[in-house]
Amino acid sequence: MLVDAWHYLVAHPVQFGVALGVHLALSVAALSIAAAIAIPTGIYAAHRRGIAFAAVNVANIGRTLPSLAVLALVLPLLGTGFAPSLFALSLLALPPILLNTIAGMRGVDPDVVDAARGMGMTARGILRRVEWPLAVPVIFAGLRTAAIQVISGAVLAAFIGGGGLGDFITAGIAMMAVPQMLVGAIPVTLLALAADFGFGALQRRLTPRGLCA
Amino acid sequence: MIELAHLTKRFPGSAVAAVDDLSLFIDKGEICVLIGPSGCGKTTTMRMINRLIEPDAGTIRIAGRDVTGSDPVQLRRSVGYVIQQVGLFPHMTIAQNVATVPHLLGWDAPRIARRVDELLARVDMEPARYRDRYPRELSGGQKQRVGVARALAADPPVMLMDEPFGALDPITRASLQDELLRLLRELAKTIVFVTHDIDEALKMGTRIAIMRAGRLVQFDRPEAILAHPADGFVDAFVGSDRALKRLGLMGAAGYATDATLPSADAPRLPRGASLRDALSTLLAANQDTAVVHGANGTAGVITLDTIRAALHAR
Repeated sequence: MLVDAWHYLVAHPVQFGVALGVHLALSVAALSIAAAIAIPTGIYAAHRRGIAFAAVNVANIGRTLPSLAVLALVLPLLGTGFAPSLFALSLLALPPILLNTIAGMRGVDPDVVDAARGMGMTARGILRRVEWPLAVPVIFAGLRTAAIQVISGAVLAAFIGGGGLGDFITAGIAMMAVPQMLVGAIPVTLLALAADFGFGALQRRLTPRGLCA
Repeated sequence: MIELAHLTKRFPGSAVAAVDDLSLFIDKGEICVLIGPSGCGKTTTMRMINRLIEPDAGTIRIAGRDVTGSDPVQLRRSVGYVIQQVGLFPHMTIAQNVATVPHLLGWDAPRIARRVDELLARVDMEPARYRDRYPRELSGGQKQRVGVARALAADPPVMLMDEPFGALDPITRASLQDELLRLLRELAKTIVFVTHDIDEALKMGTRIAIMRAGRLVQFDRPEAILAHPADGFVDAFVGSDRALKRLGLMGAAGYATDATLPSADAPRLPRGASLRDALSTLLAANQDTAVVHGANGTAGVITLDTIRAALHAR
């Protein structure tokens, strides 16, 4: 069966290349958009009790929504294609990044921040030189979770015409063609594993030496 | 050096003022201890001096300059700050921690490096051994030494210390108290020192400000507070052993009389002993007379009568 899948792949190189490209573009773009929104929002919300409470609750609700439901909700509003898929996937990636940014920022020892203020560091200086480096490992853990979710979630983009490796899977299922399905499923799995590994390594690299046990 | 005039602070949602019309003048070079029960406003008072808390009313002058109108960030860079939990930056080395304020002030790298080594040596942390370590590798006492070094880094004339030794075990605490006193004798800083430990206050304070419910109850030298507590609250706060505490502040050598030396089996007091030590030694040995050595090597005697007279002089 794997051999059949390989033959299918070799027979459709362009189709596969495009699908892989779209899949990667969707994932990277969705993750970037989500990070660009969630990290600043999380930093802003972390020290404001009311906003943080609201943000955490909304994010938690967002996290419980199934990926397919998000896509289904987007479809009647934005139609089909790449852009609606991107929108849905960005939405999907927001909660883990937001939650981890808030958790990371709030996890910074308040005595450390008090000492920094007391010595005359500005609010910006404290954020840049104290809070950010201390929160970064937790924020990257959120990015890692989001990346895996987005890569696997992007499979569903095929349902609303977003393209990507999901096209092989949906077509494969529809035609009961297992090899074709595997041409979508295996690369997606590998991509998710690679993202997990890559972000894990990045997370370790960005953890300040003084914090390593 | 530090002048607090009619300081008042009321926190939102609280019926009573945390600090209520407090006025205090702290002389240059003294250690002013703020003490009182929890919630008396001692920490709030201290945090208003470097404007971590903004007063609702009143003025604060440091070296004659009103700081209530100045830029709080600049102010804080010129006032040393030490807290109980130390608050070292866990992601920075010891050297980087100590360099915090010099770095903020824009000193050049060689000057910062020299200053860091000088300060680490001053607080008894061998620079070559510790400068590149991280805070988690240090014991509680070592962390607070670094905390003190960090506060001293830009040589601020004024230092604020909020229960700096409160989280340490008694032995480490005593040795850090001794070292801080020695350090401050060399450096002549004006210190505001918050504690809830009356023994620490008596040991460290040039003067002690006793606070209750946001107000200043008594502000005086340790001996004077022990001898003449302003009211029942102070009396109870310093403890029923205040006579013994007073004796603890009196050096035995200063009260020795050169009466004829007693028999050879009279107890001997170590150099630097207080009258409290003398009393304890006499009671333990069931004797009336002990021998004490003065600073110039002369011997004198302390009797139970000497001790009684010292307590009731004036």
